[in-house]
Amino acid sequence: MRLEYPANIKVIRVPCTGKVDVIHLLKAIEKGADGAYIVGCMEGECLYTNGNFRAKKRMLQAQKVLDSVGMGGQRVQMYNLSSAEGPKFAAYARDMVEKIHELGPNPMKLAKEGKAA
Amino acid sequence: MIVASPKPIEEVINTVKDCKKLLILGCNECVTVCEAGGKKEVGILASALRMYFAKQGQQILIEERTLERQCDHEYLEEIRDIADTYDAILSLACGVGVQFTAEKYLSTVVLPGVNTCFLGATEERGLWTERCQACGSCVLASTGGICPVSRCAKRVLNGPCGGSTKGKCEISKEVDCAWQLIVDRLTALGKMDEYEQIAPLKDWSTDRAGGPRKVAKEDVQS
Repeated sequence: MRLEYPANIKVIRVPCTGKVDVIHLLKAIEKGADGAYIVGCMEGECLYTNGNFRAKKRMLQAQKVLDSVGMGGQRVQMYNLSSAEGPKFAAYARDMVEKIHELGPNPMKLAKEGKAA
Repeated sequence: MIVASPKPIEEVINTVKDCKKLLILGCNECVTVCEAGGKKEVGILASALRMYFAKQGQQILIEERTLERQCDHEYLEEIRDIADTYDAILSLACGVGVQFTAEKYLSTVVLPGVNTCFLGATEERGLWTERCQACGSCVLASTGGICPVSRCAKRVLNGPCGGSTKGKCEISKEVDCAWQLIVDRLTALGKMDEYEQIAPLKDWSTDRAGGPRKVAKEDVQS
């Protein structure tokens, strides 16, 4: 399809979104990523039954933790699509980049540069 | 096992905010099983605190360590060389672990990172319920294996009381009446004759009423 999606996204492959844990999302933000999002299978379509539901719960927990320390929980998100939906993958990538642009840069990056709030 | 729940992050931040170097110390036993203070929770809390203090422009070095247990000398000795290099140790163990760590490392502040709740069982992942209050004088033999001390709101030993309705306790429709459970169980076991026997006054001196308790097993002592 030769679809294009924003080049500032780094894809990390996992065997199932059920492998993604709260600490993975937090570490991404702690290390300076402006945002981190999970792209999982459609709800109800998980090969392992509930991997994507587990990922969703963990993403929500990561959001809570980030909100509680003033980092902005919205920096982590989750999207669902089927493996045949390339255009949706690209659309979600653009949507996430847009959300992150609205939130601004990760405060951790500013802190490292000595510009903390 | 001992069941604990994480303290709110705001409370933890408030207790550690004056530190320059902090060790978050997890425990591999009960608090790992109840997902409150194991290696994973240590990592999450450390990450959250690093982000918070970095955003505040506050320099705090936060390190992570998880011991096999914090209620045994041999495992606590593992941090002997490093304990006094920290301004504080934030222990995610139960109250026993926090105190034992504090008793061992007198020059370092030891802070609790979890609230210790009760002795309980894992009903399902993410759900723990109380089963024992460590009263020191077990009555389970005569109550069908269901504890009236921990599961009856009134700790009634000859129940049920008048607050039992349709198998539920008067404190909440969500809470089973322990004595209803006991009667059901004794009926199923064909042991209702035991229910008819009046329980004698319980010796509460083995509970907290007798002050801090001690168990000594001389045959294994060195």
